Amino acid sequence: MPGLAIEREILIEAPADVVWRTITEPEQVSQWFADRVDLVIEPGAHGYMQFGDQGGPVVVQVVDPPNRFSFRWNYPRGEEPVAGNSMLVEFTLTREGEERTRLRVTESGHELTGWPDAEKQRYADEHQEGWGEFLDRLTTLLAKRQ
Amino acid sequence: MSAQTDDELWSAIGDPSRRQVLDLLVSNGSVSASWLAGRVPFSRQAVSKHLVVLERAGLIRRRKQGREVLYQVEADRLDQAARAMADVAAQWDRRLDMIKRLAEAAHAENKRKQEEEPS
Repeated sequence: MPGLAIEREILIEAPADVVWRTITEPEQVSQWFADRVDLVIEPGAHGYMQFGDQGGPVVVQVVDPPNRFSFRWNYPRGEEPVAGNSMLVEFTLTREGEERTRLRVTESGHELTGWPDAEKQRYADEHQEGWGEFLDRLTTLLAKRQ
Repeated sequence: MSAQTDDELWSAIGDPSRRQVLDLLVSNGSVSASWLAGRVPFSRQAVSKHLVVLERAGLIRRRKQGREVLYQVEADRLDQAARAMADVAAQWDRRLDMIKRLAEAAHAENKRKQEEEPS
């Protein structure tokens, strides 16, 4: 994925369907993500998440149990969340045996919020190094210079 | 950082061409726009535009040396960007840890129930 995406993953000692329920059932999501979760797990469903005294709408994107789940969040109130005004969170579950699952999360879209449309398009068309490697290299270079 | 500065920062670094310009500035210290233009696959005009965006985001600053304008990185601001990004990653690490604990506890509970009531 080009540009600014954050990718993290973890190995879980549980079958994929158990992990799937943990990341999609609202009463479980409220334990690891938001304080209050109103969410129906269907593609296109609009929900709401409350974080402390802040809250925001969420729209479910992909629901492919127990493999892929994604949603958009952090978009301006009253607007439809699309690429460019929101963050996309994608979960990918990979079986690594009967009772072991690799869970990967990617959050992208930080750099696109607040861009003019033409630039977004040009950006989407380019496939170059990811943000992570760039930042790592810059940090290393900066450390050397100081 | 305010949301406004955040947006400017992300937009400035989100662009691959601008990252290339920044990269050259980090590796080479104070250089001119023409020097940069000789080392990138886009026009001198594009370089100037990128420099304006980077300067507005506070990632670089310009200074005059004789008749030349030289550009250099603002290390603090770049560090700030790196830290903001690392914060987001750390937040996801904490969430993934929590998911792991919940899922593993649920799995152990399921197994315990199965042992109690063999089908």
